[in-house]
Amino acid sequence: MTPSVLAGLTGAALVGLGFYGLILHPHPLRKLLAFNLIGSGVFLVFGIVARRGAAAGFRFDPVPQAMVITGIVVAFAASAIAVALILRLSMESRNVTLDPEVWTRPNGGGAT
Amino acid sequence: MAELGTTTPGGYLLVLAILLPLGGMMLSFTPGGRWAERIALGSTPFGFALACAIAFDVGRSGKPIVYAVGGLAPPLGIALRADGISAVMLVAAAIIVAAAAFYARAKFATPEGVRESRSSLTYWIMLQAIWAALTIIFVGGDLFNLYVALELLTFAAVPLVCIDGRPETLAAALRYLLFALFGSISYLLGVALFYGAHGTLDIPLLAQRVQATPVVWTAAALMTCGLLAKTALFPLHLWLPPAHANAPAAASAVLSGLVVKGSFFLTLRLWFYVLPALPAEKIAIVLGCLGSAAIIAGSIVALRQARLKLLIAYSTVAQIGYLFLVFPLAAGAQSWSAIGWSAGVMQILAHAFAKAAMFFSAGLLAEALGHDQIAKLGGAARVLPLTFLTIALGGLSLMGLPPSGGFSAKWLMLQASAASGQWLWTLPVLGGGLLAAGYVYRILAPALSDERISLVSSPRRSQEVVALALTIIALALGFAPQAFFDFLEIGRPLAVRLP
Repeated sequence: MTPSVLAGLTGAALVGLGFYGLILHPHPLRKLLAFNLIGSGVFLVFGIVARRGAAAGFRFDPVPQAMVITGIVVAFAASAIAVALILRLSMESRNVTLDPEVWTRPNGGGAT
Repeated sequence: MAELGTTTPGGYLLVLAILLPLGGMMLSFTPGGRWAERIALGSTPFGFALACAIAFDVGRSGKPIVYAVGGLAPPLGIALRADGISAVMLVAAAIIVAAAAFYARAKFATPEGVRESRSSLTYWIMLQAIWAALTIIFVGGDLFNLYVALELLTFAAVPLVCIDGRPETLAAALRYLLFALFGSISYLLGVALFYGAHGTLDIPLLAQRVQATPVVWTAAALMTCGLLAKTALFPLHLWLPPAHANAPAAASAVLSGLVVKGSFFLTLRLWFYVLPALPAEKIAIVLGCLGSAAIIAGSIVALRQARLKLLIAYSTVAQIGYLFLVFPLAAGAQSWSAIGWSAGVMQILAHAFAKAAMFFSAGLLAEALGHDQIAKLGGAARVLPLTFLTIALGGLSLMGLPPSGGFSAKWLMLQASAASGQWLWTLPVLGGGLLAAGYVYRILAPALSDERISLVSSPRRSQEVVALALTIIALALGFAPQAFFDFLEIGRPLAVRLP
């Protein structure tokens, strides 16, 4: 097994674990962590893609690396917005949930 | 294909169209407060003029206009391109953003002497950010560039949902964000696979190189799933109704009318521009079935809503379903695919204008009556005639009655399904129209009754006129001449079968 294949499989495993967590965990913070796990997997795949540039005579293809940097910045910004929303939600209602049923109850779900 | 990589004479217009809202957004941060409002309002006429100039240029030359950023042609550089559909979408976005900005002055204006508030600053900045992101999506020519634009669009749309800070709006915004993050990261993984397989992300270059290999199918599937989550196609629509119904009306109109169309536009780009050569009949049928399910399920749930804004939001879920009928109806290079393509674009435009007007009216109604419970609308049309005229005319377009853009879209869809022998698609189109008539009737019937109702405050005439103007555009689309449909064909690659 070459290092590239190993890294590619690791990336795929991270993406799979992340999707599992993002869909099945009920708590938003855990969903956010799962999203970051997918992000790491995707960036690893980009890293493997960059190795293919070696065929064209470069040591590495710089374009996917530039994309990874952009992607990391975007994922960081996304995480920051999500954390800000979760924090604000916990301050406003002490009840951090995405369950739409909670918000239609008469007391607004704040007391539970 | 070489001409799609070099700058054409009008190319600088595309740069200006992106820079105007982006510059306005940056500038609004600096002086802040009431300057943000002035900048946003002041830039809308220029944005509209630029969009018209781009459309004029595309129409005159009959070819897409291209700008190679930094003078570097793809695959080394990145190109911006505007073809027929991009130009039309740019004009529509400019009109709706301008309408939203004028409508929002009632709620988010800060006249001299009033304390500046955080929510109005957020509104004006995010409105310009959405406009900038949409412009990049409509003219972007590189899949990674489009990923960044898609993320910008999400980051601008999410704060608008929770602008008033109530816990339920925060939860709606958070759910929207999580769905959107799922969508964008799937899209990004697809982009990585495309780059790995073919070494370019430029749309025309990639279209020449793709082949029906497992990598391409996986990448296309990941990107499509991601975009469907962002477009809120059934069954990934769960985030949309609470998010769009809880936002202030001036924001809901932009979210429902334009923002979901951004990710749909990328789905069109992916299948009709990047992958026209793939034998994708089965995928087109799957997308068409999901769209049909969205039409039926969205309309039925809309019929059961107690709140007007939620009803309109579920109607968006249903109307998005129609958009996905484009995939089976416009695929390939047959004689009927042009009709299917026109139908899809017409549906985007008609829904954008009609839905923005409906949300504006729902906002006026909620403010004038102090609530938006459909059961308590008795007699409201007597005291708010202009608002209800707008709702009725917008509803006409949603149902697909002539003369309206919605009618043209549905009529063309029926024509395309008849011409292509895919008769089954006529059922959701016709059934959805009947169900839409049902939910529009649910709003109008009690409002036109003889009951007496008192107003909490009377609506501003200027806001009512803005909403009415948008529905009139939605109706006027029904009179679009053949030249308009020919314009939409500019730059659309026709399917070339793989050897």
